[in-house]
Amino acid sequence: MPPYKVLTAGDTALVIEFGDAVDRTLSAWVLALARRLDDAHVAGVIETVPTFRSLMVYYDPIALPAAELIGRIEALMDGVEPTSATGRRWRLPVCYDGDLAPDLDDVAARTGLTRAAVIDRHADITYHVYMLGFLPGLAYLGDVTPELMLPRRDVPRIRIPAGSVGIGMAMTCIFPRESPCGLHLLGHSPVPLWRPQNGAGAGALLTPGDQVTFAPIPRHEHDEMAAAAAAGDLVVTPIEPAKDAA
Amino acid sequence: MTPALSIVRPGLLTTIQDLGRVGHQSLGIAVCGALDPLALRAANALAGNPPGAGALEVLHLGPTMVVEADDVRVSFVGPRATIDILPDVAAIRGRPVETMRSVRLRRGEVIRIGSLAGGAALYVAVEGGFDVAPVLGSVSTDIRAGIGGWQGRALVAGDHLPLRLTSASRREESRIAGLDLSLPAVVRAIVGPQGDYFSAVDIAAFFASTYTVGAGSNRMGMRLEGAPIAHARGHNITSDAIAPGSIQVPGNGQPIILLADRQTTGGYPKIATVISADMPAVGRLTMGAKIRFESVTAEEALRLRRLLIEEIARIPERIEPVRNGVEAVELAPKLSDHNLISGVVDAGDWIT
Repeated sequence: MPPYKVLTAGDTALVIEFGDAVDRTLSAWVLALARRLDDAHVAGVIETVPTFRSLMVYYDPIALPAAELIGRIEALMDGVEPTSATGRRWRLPVCYDGDLAPDLDDVAARTGLTRAAVIDRHADITYHVYMLGFLPGLAYLGDVTPELMLPRRDVPRIRIPAGSVGIGMAMTCIFPRESPCGLHLLGHSPVPLWRPQNGAGAGALLTPGDQVTFAPIPRHEHDEMAAAAAAGDLVVTPIEPAKDAA
Repeated sequence: MTPALSIVRPGLLTTIQDLGRVGHQSLGIAVCGALDPLALRAANALAGNPPGAGALEVLHLGPTMVVEADDVRVSFVGPRATIDILPDVAAIRGRPVETMRSVRLRRGEVIRIGSLAGGAALYVAVEGGFDVAPVLGSVSTDIRAGIGGWQGRALVAGDHLPLRLTSASRREESRIAGLDLSLPAVVRAIVGPQGDYFSAVDIAAFFASTYTVGAGSNRMGMRLEGAPIAHARGHNITSDAIAPGSIQVPGNGQPIILLADRQTTGGYPKIATVISADMPAVGRLTMGAKIRFESVTAEEALRLRRLLIEEIARIPERIEPVRNGVEAVELAPKLSDHNLISGVVDAGDWIT
């Protein structure tokens, strides 16, 4: 069992904290506990929110006193394995071309790499979905290769289009909708990450624990897929399903 | 014709809200919902609706709306407000209506809600509710995500907000007496989750200081102005989840209470968290209001939560028929220049 701290976030939430860093091992513990707690359907637990290094557990303190919830969590922690399950694997198309990649030249200049090398370094990695946050369906994918690690832009953009693919520090994201953004934009994906009206999982394509790689696509292919997505005809499925623990 | 309220002027920020979109924060979906759920419940009770039905949340300055239904029962619960019923859109003068009651309005009549006094949020419920589709189990408007409520946004002039009922049920109008919607001078909070990012001296100073509700507050967060709080271990943390009422302290040391529209995750340390029983009252605070925080234990928070639940349970017995002809006139206070729309709270998220 890993060391963890139970922190109080008011009278209706507890934070189960495994550490204070962006780290795959910490994330594996967080996701393993989240899965166990969700599967246990503990009466009085309202919802759980996994983050990089902690699990927030919202609860009704009248139905489930905090001490009792902590006891349940202790019991669930016993025997948790951080690698007991893996998420789905995705290969998501990204176009790294022209006006869809407004910061590609700048990132190449800052990192001393060619444009082609930046694209290659960004796409050719299996990213881990640490958590979702900031916007519905927005997944924090890591870790970006150290060669591409840059601080956020000095001046954030007021508005970027949905589908923008950005990098900042160790994370990369596809934006599910128009948003302000301080990331460096390397490309654009035609895949909608969130559709509230349809689909399982409340419409989010990715969930924490999933694995993602990017497939560079030419502009014409991107535009065809974007048109299909706009018409609701773009079907994106994982290349591998989730695997349960043995 | 579809029964509707036709929006002539939208007010400062008028949205449909219910008790929130619970259960999807792990996918980045904010909870949203009424800033003052106690007032929302009372408004629904007066209109004859279930407690968690969607109603209009009016912030600071209200809308002007024309009734496009045979008749409609409308209730108003919140602070004092200048509310007039005009006979038609061309009319200048009408009859004033007090808050904390229901009224029945006929086709073509106009509801004109001016500025609110002594509180930030007024709830306007209609009998039968608005005919809008729930998104993930809630009709609360999430402006940032563009979902819920009416077209995922605040009302604008020209909107026709559809109603479920074409006419009001035949019954007496009613009012609610003795519901305490006063502004809190003291807000109770539990230290943490990042109490260890602050020295004992600074935590003590936080609970000893008086803060003023600042401009730039909005449905995401309430910006407070007062003695800055120093950080013992820097002001960036690895992002974690944000509970309602979290009091985060960004780099400038000025605390922000995170409210209904807060992001699900963020990267500033949170010195304390407002207890659940005090969140409805926090939602009423207007710009310039002065508060201080009191540190309480989890046991005390639980006791106060039970009291709030009792208060909610007592709503039906506080409702009484309106005596004919007694309608207090409320005078309009000066409109605060509180800008709710600009000044998005910087939650310190890595992205922006």
